[in-house]
Parts: sequence; C-alpha cells; structure tokens
Amino acid sequence: MKILVGYKRVVDYNVRIQVKPDGSGVVTDGVKLSANPFDDIALEEALRLREKGVAEEVIVVGIGPADLTAHLRNGLAMGANRAIHVVTAEAVQPLTAARVFLKLIEKEQPGLVILGKQAIDDDANQTGQMLAALWDRPQATFASKVEITLDNGGAGKATVTREVDAGLEVIEAELPAVITTDLRLNEPRFIKLPDIMKAKAKPIDTIEFGSLGVEAHDHLKTTHYAAPAKRSKGVMVKDAAELVAALKQKGLL
Amino acid sequence: MSKILVIAEHLGGKLNSSTARAVSAAAAVKAEAIDVLVLSDAPDAIAAEAAKIDGVSRVLTVARPENAHPLAAVLAPQIAKAAAGYSHVFVPSTTFGKDVAPRVAALLGVAQVSDVMSVEAAHAFKRPIYAGNAIITVEADATHTVVATIRSASWAAAGNGANSAPIEALTIDAALPTHTRFVELKQGSSDRPDLQSASKVVSGGRGVGSKENFDIIYKFADKIGAAVGASRAAVDAGYVPSEMQVGQTGKIIAPELYMAIGISGAIQHLTGIKDAGTIVAINKDGEAPIFEIADFGLVGDLFKLIPELEQALG
Repeated sequence: MKILVGYKRVVDYNVRIQVKPDGSGVVTDGVKLSANPFDDIALEEALRLREKGVAEEVIVVGIGPADLTAHLRNGLAMGANRAIHVVTAEAVQPLTAARVFLKLIEKEQPGLVILGKQAIDDDANQTGQMLAALWDRPQATFASKVEITLDNGGAGKATVTREVDAGLEVIEAELPAVITTDLRLNEPRFIKLPDIMKAKAKPIDTIEFGSLGVEAHDHLKTTHYAAPAKRSKGVMVKDAAELVAALKQKGLL
Repeated sequence: MSKILVIAEHLGGKLNSSTARAVSAAAAVKAEAIDVLVLSDAPDAIAAEAAKIDGVSRVLTVARPENAHPLAAVLAPQIAKAAAGYSHVFVPSTTFGKDVAPRVAALLGVAQVSDVMSVEAAHAFKRPIYAGNAIITVEADATHTVVATIRSASWAAAGNGANSAPIEALTIDAALPTHTRFVELKQGSSDRPDLQSASKVVSGGRGVGSKENFDIIYKFADKIGAAVGASRAAVDAGYVPSEMQVGQTGKIIAPELYMAIGISGAIQHLTGIKDAGTIVAINKDGEAPIFEIADFGLVGDLFKLIPELEQALG
C-alpha cells in the first residue's frame, strides 16, 4: 500500500511571530521556515509503517511556490520514497488543500493518508477532516497510537487511539482512511547527512495547481492582523500567608 | 437575518458546558433564531438541559442508535442535512467540534472559521493564529453557510434556568457510513471538577518530579475545590494522563483562578491559560517565564509551600 503524507512548510515553531504595525500581516521576511511539527510526526508514522512492512511506498506532498522543493527534499531525506509538489504562488486555505489531496488520491490510490492535525501557522485544524468528507472515507483525528491490520485480500483497518478531551478514545476505521497526528504519536527521527545526499536522487513530481481543475475560490478573507492583548506582570508575594490573604481578598478562595 | 444552528456536545447523557458557550457566541451575532441540535441515541435528558439555556429558540433532537458515540463520519452527514435553512452552524471548539465541524463544512462545500474569539459582525470574526501570537479578523462569504468552531475560553456560558425552549424530534434522511466504529473511551474517573469548565484550576509541571509526587497537587486542589491540570512536560514524563494537559495542544481554559505549580511557563502552556482571570505561579526559579504573566508570584520549593498554603487556608 501507498501512504500519502501532507508536508507543509511553516514558520519555525521557535520563532516568536510579529504582527506588522499596519495590521496587514505578520513579518515573514528572513524568518526561519521548517516543516510543520505535526507533519514531521505524520511522516515518521508513515515511515515506521513502511519499515513494519505495512506499506511499500511513502509519498510526501507539498503545496506551495517553486522554492518549496528544498523543503520537500528534507522529507525525502527523512525517508520518503518520492515527493509531489503542487506548485502555486498563492497560499491555499484548508478546503482547497483538501480538494488538491483528493485529486492526488484519485491518481495515487493510497491506502492511507496521514496529515498533521493542524499547521502551526493558521492553526486551522481542518484539512484532514475535510479531505475525509470529500473522499467519503473514515477519519481518525488527533491520533496518539496507530495499528494497521491487513487481511489477505488486501483490505485492512486502522485501530487508532485518539487524544480527546474526555481521555483516550479508540476507534476502528476501514482503509483507505485519513489519519491526523497528535504530538504523542511518535518522535520523528533526525535527518542524517548521507540521507540528504541520497535524497537528491529521489524524484519530485511537479504539478501545476491550475492543471488539477480544483476550484481555488477562498471563502474566507483576512481583513486585519493584530497583536494579542498582553497580560501584565503582577506582584511577587513573600510567603504562603500573603498569597492566601491576597486571593481571599479577591474572593478567589 | 441570521438563523444559527448550534451543535450540542454531550457525554454520558449530560450536556457539556461548551454548548452554552457556543450559544453565547450565537447570541453575539444577534440572530433571529438559535436552535440547538442534539444528536444521540437517547437525546431526551440532554435536550431538556439545552432547552433551559438562555437565548435558545428551539432544541432539535435526532435519536438514532448510530449516534451513541460521537463519530464525525456518522454525525457530519446528519448535521449537513439539518443545516439547510440556517445561515450559521456553530460547534464548540473542543476535540468533539474540531473533529466534526470541518467534515460538515466540506460536505456543504464551505470554508470553516476555527476558534472564534469574538463576533465583529454576522460574517466577521476574530480568531487566533500562530498559537495566539496574532489575532486575525476574517470575513466569511455572506452567500454561504458559515461553519465555525467557538473557542470556549473566549465565551462565558449563556445563563440557564429562565428559558424553556420547545423540543422537537427531527427525522433526518441521511445514509450513514459503517466504515468507522467506536471501540472504547478510556477515561480517568474523577470526582473533581471538570478541567474545561472549572472556576479554579491547579496545575502541576515538571517541577512536581514524579507521578507519586503529584498527590500533593491533587490534595491541594481538593482542599480548594479545584480541577487539576498539568503542563505538557508533566504529561510527557508520564506523571498524569494526556487529558489533563493544559496548553496549545491540550486544553485551552479560562478559569477564574489558575495556579501553576512547578511550571516554568513555555509559550505553548501560556497559550492555554491567557484568558484565566487570576494567574498564580509557584516556582523555585524566580526567572521562570511564568512569572512574566502571573498576577501573583511566589518563589520557593513547592513541597514546602503547598503545606504552608494549606495551613494558611485553615
């Protein structure tokens, strides 16, 4: 089976993002870009399934401008067999991304699609669920454990433990299915130098966004960016008694 | 005029308070009607609770055995059908809502507005991006249904008691898939207040040091009637189960009192508590970032200070 993995490039999680003074966006010039952390986890899970013999091929997918190639090479260096680069200069919203994935699914016929539960730039947490709806297949979101069982006929199911507010939920999903990853699913491997060299020989298919026939209309328009309201530093108390007195005075204890 | 359908979240036959918070967001749209949809195998008791929430016009129920557990693949086609005639569909931005709402949006062919913090106009909303380090105003296409998840920590629960909205049973003609099946929910049983809705929360971090040591946090929380939370570091270290995690990737909460004990205050944790009323930090490192946002800070050894706090409480 093939596994398709979403591999988005985002502002690195260590960067403290700044809003432009005129409210037109956030400062991204010269800012370090990295793989979305949840997508690294998605790729790691796919690679482990391949190493267990569940999958034969892992394909990383990126949607973005021409220079996204370098980012996709990182996914190949981590261990993906090949990459698909859907080229567009415009940022795509989740519904459009899901429609792109659906087109790639029709072509690649994967048994599993693994995506990060959210990208840490727009924090939307939508693409996997939307894709599963458009594909009319199961979704197992916020996965912290994935087990795949295949029967002889090639059919299979995923037993997925999901991190939900009430605890850990276990569901079964017939394949093909969409899984989105939570933080505790695995710890992604580091890329080693020889793998970077090897990745240069791996194929990256380039597809123009316009050639996919996907409706690109975005329903949401961002009209303003603002910095969040700041909490100001409070007071230091000297001991437990003073703290209890202060909280009692505010009616909190 | 707007007509809003709010999807009820419930567990074990009880309505989750996130539903009343989503109703508050719906009220902010100044809708002419706010209907609450309860999908369950046994919706009656849940619907009766929802009918009491102020501002609710009607409660609609869909009773089907397939709705016994909240599987997005099963619920979404029913919600998408029920959404006909509504201008907005609001769902709490909890793991329940985050799972099901995008599936509904995709079935309707519309975008979703995630984590609504405020309503600026019927089709304009504020929401956080970059872990809350920027707040954007988004405008949704007014010719389409708005599907949105409502960030619980930004909204007080709508009051209840004065209302008794009519309850109507719906029959929804939707083919439901069988490709996704519920197996089990592993829940830590606890008599403590619910972390998401508690007015007081005591959280422990890496500084607590072990699973056994966490007893001191539980004991103190019980003494003041608080829910118990934890930092990601404490969860990753195995001190407590994952459902107790507070932060960007855990629960985002807004209690009146939040006490962070042995938590240094990584950005991802602070994202989860920014909307708390009063934040108290207890940490042995006076330079810990948690003190930058705490209303009250106390530097010292938590194992010495917690007994002293208990004593001071009498």
